[in-house]
Amino acid sequence: MSKLVIMEGSMAVAEAVKACRPGVISAYPISPQTHIVENLAQMVANGELECEYVCVESEFSAASVVYGASAAGVRTYTASSSQGLLLMTEVIYNAAGTRLPIVFTGVNRSVSAPISIQVDHQDTVSLRDSGLIQFYVESAQEAHDMHIQAFKLAEASDVLLPVMVCMDGWILTHTYEPITQLEQDAVDAFLPPYTPVHCVTPDNPLTYGSHAEDDVMMEFKFMIHEAQLRAKGKAEEIAREFAELSGRDHGGLVEEYRTDGAEVILVAMGSMVGTIKDAIDEMRSEGEKVGLVKVRCFRPFPAEAILKAVKQAGIVVTMDMNVSMGSEGAIALDLKSALYNLPSKPLVLSLVTGIASREITKQTVKAVTARAREALDAGRVEERGEWVDLNRAII
Amino acid sequence: MARDDELFAPGHRACPGCGAAIAVRWILKATGRDVIVVTPTGCVETFASPYLLSPWEVAWLHPLFENAAAVASGISAALRYKGQAEKTKVVIIAGDGATFDIGAGAISGMLERNEDITYICYDNEAYMNTGFQRSAATPERAATTTEPPGKMSLGKVRPKKDMPSIAVAHGSPYVATASIAYPIDLYNKVTKALKIKGAKYIQVHSPCCTGWGFSEDLTIEMGRLAVETALAPLYEIENGQLSRVRKIKNRRPVEDYLKPQRRFRHLFQDGAGAEEIKRIQAIADANASRFSLDA
Amino acid sequence: MKLSIAAVVKPGTSRANKTGGWRVYRPVIDLEKCDGCGICQMFCPDSCVQGAGKVYEIDYDYCKGCGICAHECTREAIVMVLEEK
Repeated sequence: MSKLVIMEGSMAVAEAVKACRPGVISAYPISPQTHIVENLAQMVANGELECEYVCVESEFSAASVVYGASAAGVRTYTASSSQGLLLMTEVIYNAAGTRLPIVFTGVNRSVSAPISIQVDHQDTVSLRDSGLIQFYVESAQEAHDMHIQAFKLAEASDVLLPVMVCMDGWILTHTYEPITQLEQDAVDAFLPPYTPVHCVTPDNPLTYGSHAEDDVMMEFKFMIHEAQLRAKGKAEEIAREFAELSGRDHGGLVEEYRTDGAEVILVAMGSMVGTIKDAIDEMRSEGEKVGLVKVRCFRPFPAEAILKAVKQAGIVVTMDMNVSMGSEGAIALDLKSALYNLPSKPLVLSLVTGIASREITKQTVKAVTARAREALDAGRVEERGEWVDLNRAII
Repeated sequence: MARDDELFAPGHRACPGCGAAIAVRWILKATGRDVIVVTPTGCVETFASPYLLSPWEVAWLHPLFENAAAVASGISAALRYKGQAEKTKVVIIAGDGATFDIGAGAISGMLERNEDITYICYDNEAYMNTGFQRSAATPERAATTTEPPGKMSLGKVRPKKDMPSIAVAHGSPYVATASIAYPIDLYNKVTKALKIKGAKYIQVHSPCCTGWGFSEDLTIEMGRLAVETALAPLYEIENGQLSRVRKIKNRRPVEDYLKPQRRFRHLFQDGAGAEEIKRIQAIADANASRFSLDA
Repeated sequence: MKLSIAAVVKPGTSRANKTGGWRVYRPVIDLEKCDGCGICQMFCPDSCVQGAGKVYEIDYDYCKGCGICAHECTREAIVMVLEEK
């Protein structure tokens, strides 16, 4: 039923995308995403992947090519990072509004200026208002599995939104992991061929991209929002289906890790979660009642799932690998907003961590937990959106 | 009761006398129904796609302003994947703002990849939809709202960008200029282009009564004058070689074309303007020479 | 009416918008003078000249009264007349 191979994370993604039988792939290079599209190019060149592969002149065009192909009724894929994702932004908003089920990989990388090829979530988080569905993965295996689920979720008739699988650059794309893949028949059974509700074709000539006046525009936008909300249930359903098929259960919209009886709960997303889990195991063995809520689906924001997990805790620590300049991290902002009106709720210590690969070690996690414990004992949190392990001396 | 080859229905919101609308009608007569048309933001897109009021009888997509060429490339790829590329043509109908300016990068990519797409630019020589702002297609010394004449200026400084040459430089198999004043010629050029594989570019001079400032019944006449003064030369370049031009018998002086237009009125006030008219005449003369237009 | 997914619109629906209400002048064809050249139909921006051969008529539901047909007519067979409402 499955095969296990040690491969680079980028290859795991390429293999997953290949198995989903896309019709059109567009490619533009940017580190650290490039290995993915290079692998796909080689697969096409070897005749292993039958699809139209278009090398374009910018990420704007990469996104536009898949927009056009998706509008023409074909399953599509592309990938980018950092500056490239920002350049795709206009098209991503357009794709969400045109309800196109494009799948993207967002390989996380810091955003210019200054230019840096280090890692954080600033790039993908900055797309969060667009209507794009976003998942953040912890491992290359999870990345592989989520891409297959992403196509199914995007194409669900009550969703029809673009989906991005976000994975930390270098850490997950350029390291090697043992990857278990599904057999092609299993993927085909799980993900049948894409049949669009309608598409651009002379057989049924429709007008796409009309302009909406004030009497309908708000409603059109609400339809995107509603589709996002429906995606919550659909994503969980698809995750369950995939878990049955593969034997791998990465969780639903969130994964709760040792939250039972936890007084301090950390909330985070991406590959740092792996380090956090190890640190939690060590802290638990020393008697600290600490747990983790791993945010897997960031958009739509799984407020209900997170609240359920953290309601009973004394304090929640959000570890955002992103920041809204002049305010705080995105998870913090969404989470505090969700908690605010609850009659009883935990304290929230919101932190900005790991910007541009500032290391998050088990030590970091323990230090953060200790601070949370102090705040919990004091009964209040003073700071908001503090940047952890910042070198103040050089500023 | 409309004719079968009328694939652009009435009821659209173009200005009375709109040149671009005439261009669209004739382009669609040439494409027929087996086509997917992509139009970026601009006059045609705006007047031809209010929600629930579409004049398009063919499959039509408006994506964004700068990416028609890339979106069309994606549609073309999808058609290849579906095995429909021989049957269904992909045509772009785009304004000059989207073509000469904001979409130029994506067009370069489309041309470089030699995508099987026919790119047709309806050129009304400015961003007309938003109120006549300057584009790279605006001719020298024309008045626009963002490069207006005044004490310090005589209107647009730079000459009209030579988009056809850019297409030729990319190795396009077929590049042509056309005019709404010569609709059969336009029809023939589109028909010819559709039979050629690769990235083709056709630029259709489309006078704009509202933006250029002339009476709305003179749209076709202005188009003729542009051609007959050699300011809008009509030619075809196939595989890099000039293959056909429309000769001009008794070429008219540029004043005949410039004077009726509000956008050139400032050139008729004084000596400085008169000098500019001479320079514009020199441009026309250079066109006539370059393309051997004088019969 | 419920909104369509992605705001897609059916073809030819612009016909619900009777732009004939825009015009100030209406073209009137004198069929005695008309020689059936079809130039009026060729140049109408709004696809408003119906017919073929030697019989043409204006679709007044949509005619915006731009006057191109009258200006281009080779026989001066079309006159622009002030609309009276």
